[in-house]
Amino acid sequence: MGITGERENYLSDFARFEKDISKNGQSWFGEIRRKAISRFAELGFPTTRHEEWKYTSVAPITKIHFNPCGYELNGLTVEKVRRAAFGELECSRLVFVNGYYSAELSSYRPLPGAVHLGSLAVALSTHRELVGPHLARYASYEEHAFTALNTALMRDGAFVNIPDGKVVEEPIHLLFLSTAGREPTVSHSRNLIVVGKNSQATIVESYVGLGESVYFTNVVTEVVLGENSVVEHVRLQRESRKAFHIATLQVHQSRSSTFSGHSVSVGGALVRNDVNAVLDGEGVDCTLNGLYLVKGQQHVDNHTRIDHVRPHGTSRELYKGILDEQSSGVFNGKVVVWKDAQKTDAKQTNKNLLLSENAEINSKPQLEILADDVKCTHGTTVGQIEEEQLFYLRSRGLDREIAQGLLTQVFAGETIGRIKIEAIRTGLEEILLTQFQKDKKHGETVQ
Amino acid sequence: MLEIRNLHASVGGKEILRGIDLKVNAGEVHAIMGPNGSGKSTLALVLAGRETYMVTAGEVIYEGKNLLKMLPEDRAREGIFMAFQYPVEIPGLNSMTFLKAALNSIRKHRGLEELDAMDFLDLAREKMKLVDMSEDLMKRPVNEGFSGGEKKRNEILQMAVLEPKLAILDETDSGLDIDALKVVANGVNALRSEDRGMILVTHYQRLLNYIVPDYVHVLFNGAIVKSGGKELALELEAKGYAWIEEEVREACQVDLQEGGHAA
Repeated sequence: MGITGERENYLSDFARFEKDISKNGQSWFGEIRRKAISRFAELGFPTTRHEEWKYTSVAPITKIHFNPCGYELNGLTVEKVRRAAFGELECSRLVFVNGYYSAELSSYRPLPGAVHLGSLAVALSTHRELVGPHLARYASYEEHAFTALNTALMRDGAFVNIPDGKVVEEPIHLLFLSTAGREPTVSHSRNLIVVGKNSQATIVESYVGLGESVYFTNVVTEVVLGENSVVEHVRLQRESRKAFHIATLQVHQSRSSTFSGHSVSVGGALVRNDVNAVLDGEGVDCTLNGLYLVKGQQHVDNHTRIDHVRPHGTSRELYKGILDEQSSGVFNGKVVVWKDAQKTDAKQTNKNLLLSENAEINSKPQLEILADDVKCTHGTTVGQIEEEQLFYLRSRGLDREIAQGLLTQVFAGETIGRIKIEAIRTGLEEILLTQFQKDKKHGETVQ
Repeated sequence: MLEIRNLHASVGGKEILRGIDLKVNAGEVHAIMGPNGSGKSTLALVLAGRETYMVTAGEVIYEGKNLLKMLPEDRAREGIFMAFQYPVEIPGLNSMTFLKAALNSIRKHRGLEELDAMDFLDLAREKMKLVDMSEDLMKRPVNEGFSGGEKKRNEILQMAVLEPKLAILDETDSGLDIDALKVVANGVNALRSEDRGMILVTHYQRLLNYIVPDYVHVLFNGAIVKSGGKELALELEAKGYAWIEEEVREACQVDLQEGGHAA
């Protein structure tokens, strides 16, 4: 079946789906869904002829017929959920199974008054006044085929609404578990996070595959920052090694807001992470950090785009990659400084560590500057583990593997170390550590 | 403890060591001196197991085992320690974490219990005093931003913590001011013991004012051309290396003449 054929399948999925949603109080959103699906029909899946998809072929996704997911626990227990989450992290946790909100597995801790936390599917029906002004207003379904597909076909996800002047101290964890079985399935999860003026929140999004099955996660998250708000956002992707994961994180920042994003990607067969931030106010601060760790035949593509629209904005970007065996990676970081965005200060760095001669990275920093009084720098490095360092550690009695693991961890630590909340940082360090160790013994398993 | 027989080694096809013979017993301190390019550091690195050097002939027996067949980490676990001439910086790797991992790896190999964080800290603090090393420095990444003297002291600290059977110090004295040299020498002297062998590779006799060796060997052009007691170092200091070069050249000419007759 060709690309066109699979496009038809999604269109017929939509036709079936449209009948369901017209019944449940979500019909107000139907028009946007229809616009999105017709835009998807026009765009089709991107090919490597598209500049933005030059090094990432989504042909494997277009060749498989994925059925929409169902809510299936498949033996999932609260204990298993706890293990799939960050162990020590005390927080409210929204759990999604195959893209559907799970009331039985989610847990809530006390939150400041008027903070809304829950299923987006429910909020679409019950809180139109909160959802309506933001949903699908930032992530462009006009330009991006996968976003269009998500916008048309999304069923559920998280809706977090923090009103003005609320500081949410504890992190909020959105945990997406896949229990997919034998048949390939797809979920189009959608998250909307709205943080009001002078408010503060920490959001953790994690995607975990609980088996070795083939499935496709196509997720879009929109984060909206009100004036002077502060948001720390951590995204951890550890899907099954056979999974496809296409994700867009769309950040919209108002005046004097601060966003720190950390994207950690370890799982998946074919992974594409798009992170776009629009700095739409004066004095906005935006940090986008990332870490990708791949091996085997894994392919991971990180595309970031930062739009400096107003003056006095600061952006900092550090993406680090560790690639082993025959894995491949892409880093494409675009910084656009618009005409009005004078006094912009932007710095972008991408560093890669290749652990094998067969691993490959394509790194492309792009600066487009239309203002004339700005400070912008970017840099890319690609290197191997330094033999001198390795020998130094070995000469003190450490195994070659352990020494290499330590040096790799140290390399990764530069990004992880920048996450402010200690429990998240140590949780991630532990996950990476088991990743390094398990990889050595078993090669394949993520869990 | 260590016996080197007719050791030849080359790097990039160029022969650096051309037949080294040396025997080190437990409790002995051997100084190896020689001009630049004589092969001093190569000898130290070959003993530590640096793979960029290729051993082309000869053998090294360490405690009855073929040392050249052992991986660098196994040599360290069996008690060999080399203090680097140029200690390597490892940004991001905490000095204490590194040293604890190294010590526990060696202890495990020796069948000893691994030290926990508290016991290790006590041990490390005691050894830090020996080389006048501040705890703040050890909280930093390995050698990162250390001065030359701090790096050398860190090597001696590592040696003190790891308690090797055979210590090889590769120009640990080079580039040190007199105060730092005294600190390093005190550290080394404190570690001298009946069951520990030491090889001091040095360019300058000065170090030997503070660490008195049992034997002095002169390395020239990849081979040991002269051996003697500690007084040989003083003779070298007074006469310089040129004197040795002269002797070697004369000896070579004799060899050549003899060779000529034989042919």
